[in-house]
Amino acid sequence: MTGPVRDPGLQPERTRLAWRRTTLSCTVAAVLAGKQALQGGPSPLGLLAVAASLLVWLAFVALAHRRIRALSVARPRVMSVRAAWSAAGCVLALTAFSVAIVR
Amino acid sequence: MNGFLSSLRLWFAPARVRDEGETPDYRFSLANERTFLAWVRTALALVGGGFAVDQFLPDLRWAWRIGLSLALLAVGAMCALRAVNHWVRCELAMRRGEDLPVTRFPALLSLAVGAVALIMVVVVLFGWAEQ
Repeated sequence: MTGPVRDPGLQPERTRLAWRRTTLSCTVAAVLAGKQALQGGPSPLGLLAVAASLLVWLAFVALAHRRIRALSVARPRVMSVRAAWSAAGCVLALTAFSVAIVR
Repeated sequence: MNGFLSSLRLWFAPARVRDEGETPDYRFSLANERTFLAWVRTALALVGGGFAVDQFLPDLRWAWRIGLSLALLAVGAMCALRAVNHWVRCELAMRRGEDLPVTRFPALLSLAVGAVALIMVVVVLFGWAEQ
């Protein structure tokens, strides 16, 4: 076979871009979570929540990066259930912090 | 009920997904993954909406503000959980060559979002009238 096989529907490419879009959404949500935590001046609990949402964001970026790299082959394997749970877990963690600091 | 239990088992024993049936065309799996990601974005948008209600409507009465905010956050969390569940079920159905699962979740979600939006409009208008 000559050269890399190209998917005519660009499915891996579209999936990569979907991960990027989702990372962007996660960034916005994490920034809003941080803003929420610092509402009414910094407090120990608020700073803890900011650090936690930063960690969640970093975890999501790492997860997306891993999946994007796995998608760069001609016939990518199916996403692992662990990756799916991790992505959902990031959303749940952001929700949990905000419920904890909502006032 | 049996279906719910078996899907719950799959949540905690992920290796089983690959044991079932045959591996589908990778393009179908990728399409399923993109649908999953679209649901995750929907969940993130709902969670972001929950933050926004709390932060950008400070004049609202406390109970309304917290209530709407928590409602949006709860719907967002549900959406994230359901995204994983639906992804697993679709992946299994494709592996077994069955029909894709049908669900009334999108309809319920749009009703809930519509209700929250309506309540928010009414509450904000009412709040302005009071001042």
